Amino acid sequence: MTDSSPAPEEGASCVTSFTWECRGMTDSSPASEEDAPAEPITAREVDRIRRDFPILERRVRSGRRLVYLDTAATAQRPVCVSAAMTSFSSASYGAVHRGAHRLAEEATDAFEEARTRVARFFGVAGDEIVFTSGTTAALNLVAFALAEIAAGPATGSAVPVIRPGDRILLTEAEHHANLVPWQRLARRTGADLAWIRLGPDGRLGLDDLDTLVTPRTRVIAFTHASNVTGAITDVARLVAAARAVGAMTVLDAAQSAPHLPVDFRALGVDVAAVSAHKMLGPTGIGALYGRAEILDALPPVATGGSMVEIVTMTEATFQPPPARFEAGTQAVTEAVGWAAALDYLSHLGMDRVAAREATLTARLLAGVAGLDGVRVLGPDRAVARTGAVAVEIAGVHPHDAGQYLDDLGIAVRVGHHCAQPVHRALGVTASTRASLGVYTTEAEVDAFVEALGEVRAYFGAAR
Amino acid sequence: MESLYRELILDHYRHPHAKGLAESFDGESFQVNPMCGDQVRLRVTVTPASSADDATLADVTWDGGGCSISQASTSVMSDLVRGLDLAHVEEVAGVFARLMHSRGLGLGNDADEDVLGDAIAFEGVAQYPARVKCALLGWMALKDALAKAVAGDRSPARIPEGFA
Ligand SMILES: Cc1ncc(COP(=O)(O)O)c(C=O)c1O
Repeated sequence: MTDSSPAPEEGASCVTSFTWECRGMTDSSPASEEDAPAEPITAREVDRIRRDFPILERRVRSGRRLVYLDTAATAQRPVCVSAAMTSFSSASYGAVHRGAHRLAEEATDAFEEARTRVARFFGVAGDEIVFTSGTTAALNLVAFALAEIAAGPATGSAVPVIRPGDRILLTEAEHHANLVPWQRLARRTGADLAWIRLGPDGRLGLDDLDTLVTPRTRVIAFTHASNVTGAITDVARLVAAARAVGAMTVLDAAQSAPHLPVDFRALGVDVAAVSAHKMLGPTGIGALYGRAEILDALPPVATGGSMVEIVTMTEATFQPPPARFEAGTQAVTEAVGWAAALDYLSHLGMDRVAAREATLTARLLAGVAGLDGVRVLGPDRAVARTGAVAVEIAGVHPHDAGQYLDDLGIAVRVGHHCAQPVHRALGVTASTRASLGVYTTEAEVDAFVEALGEVRAYFGAAR
Repeated sequence: MESLYRELILDHYRHPHAKGLAESFDGESFQVNPMCGDQVRLRVTVTPASSADDATLADVTWDGGGCSISQASTSVMSDLVRGLDLAHVEEVAGVFARLMHSRGLGLGNDADEDVLGDAIAFEGVAQYPARVKCALLGWMALKDALAKAVAGDRSPARIPEGFA
């Protein structure tokens, strides 16, 4: 306290030196909030958006301009996301929830502010958001916590105690991240695993939902949007079916949160999982949303520092949520970057993002429909689907198709996209997937369709 | 891309050699890459049967499906190794594996390149690490089928559920 040269901004509130704002280098000032209905995102606005993503200017194979159509795997990030992370690192970085020095305070404030912003984005309360490394970690957390409960004495609580012969209901549309953890939980608890099948249109067949959801169904886990077919699930229908039997609902929102307005409270699910890296944010961060009563009733999975209250040599008591689930040092800088990415998306408006992507998806589907020997796996109209479009190309293996496209600078995903059962249900082993983002242009969609039209001839599959 | 999809590779993909399984065999193998579904089922006959030292690979036939690299590589391999004695087959397989792991730098050795014959066309594959497995699939099946033939194991290869 004897410092003779106090910094000029002493006394100002914490986190003075970096901004959460992520509005782009060339703030495009779209429709103001009072404007209703919002103006659509125009091609000109997309041009401005693209200036925030310098990687889109990259040249790849043989000097071709990159055409990035792999956003469903991971989205590119606007420069303001890394700028927020850098400015936080330069201004306010320190240990979170540990120590009483100034930087520790500022970093703690920033981390908790990031949580608040994530919560607001999804329409829920801050203490209902648990930071995880991503969707996979969030879903595993829930499955392991339920296994822990099942191993203990039965307690009357907000979460199910799974017993042998109980049912865990999944869908055939799941990414392995929302499938394998439930297989393990079923094996551990003796529960039976059942699933909602895919119809030929690539949507969930809900006709026999009432027979699949038995009185002993304890968990219904399902994806909000498929990463293969793009199909958007009728969440309300599944939530109603779950409520009727008191089952817990688990939503995999990894592919919906980046592309549609998603309000977990309004959807009525019990828990949900998201990843920042699919929504313009950094890798290594994501969240588990859990309704307050649910998180309250779940035991921790990882234990250690930051999540305990009193620790003796033989015992420990645990913090309330969300801290209970955040053992060890967290991805603080990434949390800040994610909040910045959400600011970017909020500024654009998720309804406008969804409308823009639907327009592009319709163009993509129309283009593909005109190609011989190319079949869309999933809904072939741009209704209740995202811009993840996987195709089967008759006589051409996806690896070969992907290589052909890559040579033209077009980045798509080939393989099973971590969803083998979806492919099996649709009668293929693997597929070629193009997926759109808010920075995707009409010209890129057209380039993909044109190249896709050449693939079969190149490999001798077209007569 | 021309370095990857050499005309010879595309030719073999469109018109594969030795495709269609022989009725009888001394060893059979089934290899699959579950990540992408590339699969090769391959049969060998060896004369004199079950004699490791001076045996010759009398015939190779195969069936399968998958990407152009895996299918063409198996086709080219079949032409290359048919009629060679087993020690020689092993040598060729070793040189091919070395080529695939050369990261596109090649073998740097004309004698080795000669050993590979048409299979040198797959040199470009080594620049695409994700595709090296495809090129080696048929070779893995060959190695496995020969090992069974030499061991006198004529049991049919086990085919995992979901593959035909
Ligand atoms: C539907 C879906 N669920 C879960 C995941 C897993 O997400 P992450 O790898 O970020 O944990 C993905 C991403 O590939 C996905 O598309």
